[in-house]
Amino acid sequence: MKSSVITFPGSNCDRDMDVALKKFGFKNKMVWHADADLPKSDLVVLPGGFSYGDYLRCGSMASKSKIMQSVINFANSGGMVMGICNGFQILVETGLVPGVLLRNKYLEFICKNVFVKINDKKNKYFKNVDNEVLEFHIAHNEGNYFCTQDQLKEIEDNNQIAINYCDENGKIEDQFNPNGSIKNIAGIFNKEKNVLGMMPHPERMIDPSLSGEDGSLFFKNLINNLK
Amino acid sequence: MKISVIITLKKDVLDPQGKVIHQTLDGMGFQDINEVRQGKYFEIDTKETDNDKAKAKVEEMCKKLLANLVIENYKIIDPK
Repeated sequence: MKSSVITFPGSNCDRDMDVALKKFGFKNKMVWHADADLPKSDLVVLPGGFSYGDYLRCGSMASKSKIMQSVINFANSGGMVMGICNGFQILVETGLVPGVLLRNKYLEFICKNVFVKINDKKNKYFKNVDNEVLEFHIAHNEGNYFCTQDQLKEIEDNNQIAINYCDENGKIEDQFNPNGSIKNIAGIFNKEKNVLGMMPHPERMIDPSLSGEDGSLFFKNLINNLK
Repeated sequence: MKISVIITLKKDVLDPQGKVIHQTLDGMGFQDINEVRQGKYFEIDTKETDNDKAKAKVEEMCKKLLANLVIENYKIIDPK
């Protein structure tokens, strides 16, 4: 399986993602944002970081960079595109997934482990994951997911919510919502579910001695689903 | 020609920064404030000399980059 990780000026989780993808069998290529063409890929990842210093709005500048037109075309033709953290912010700015990510409700940069509940498994990202709840890491200042009431209705009608913040037992409540996101949303799909944006970093949970292994579970499953 | 743009958050979008500014002003003794909303202001100096054309271009910039219309409104100030 081939993957591509896009590096924007200010990306800082691109190499972690590269390590994670390779560890679980992807042949990964790093792609510079100013390139026009994507290498042949089964998966394209927009990594976390602070592209363009988060100027204007997080992800807004990166969403207009040269490579993004190819990424948008790839996504629109059914290609798998995953945006993590700043990558999620870039995805919402392209319009590939609905909504926006606002400043965290309590104005704090949040850096901690959280639990997320998988809301939908009828997609290539989470199909065949045995667990209902995964422990991932979050590190963000603008992860407060917001959308209009009409968009929310559409998202819910199409089952586009991928994961919600919850406790270790999968209970989705306000007290387990770290950043004020509507409905505890931590990640969403586009309508066709080939595009996934999420705030948590699975690439930070791939080593039992450093963090945890729920990221390993996610990537192992992902590559099997793509085969 | 210089054109100015003001971007504001839509009414029902939470503005945590505005809220904190409000609280701080309140603590400083400005106690008659109902609400503070924070926005953005741009000055765009363009080579275009035709007023209407320049405004139309800036409007396109607002829609494509300067504002995110899910949460923000933009207002173009007439060039003098």
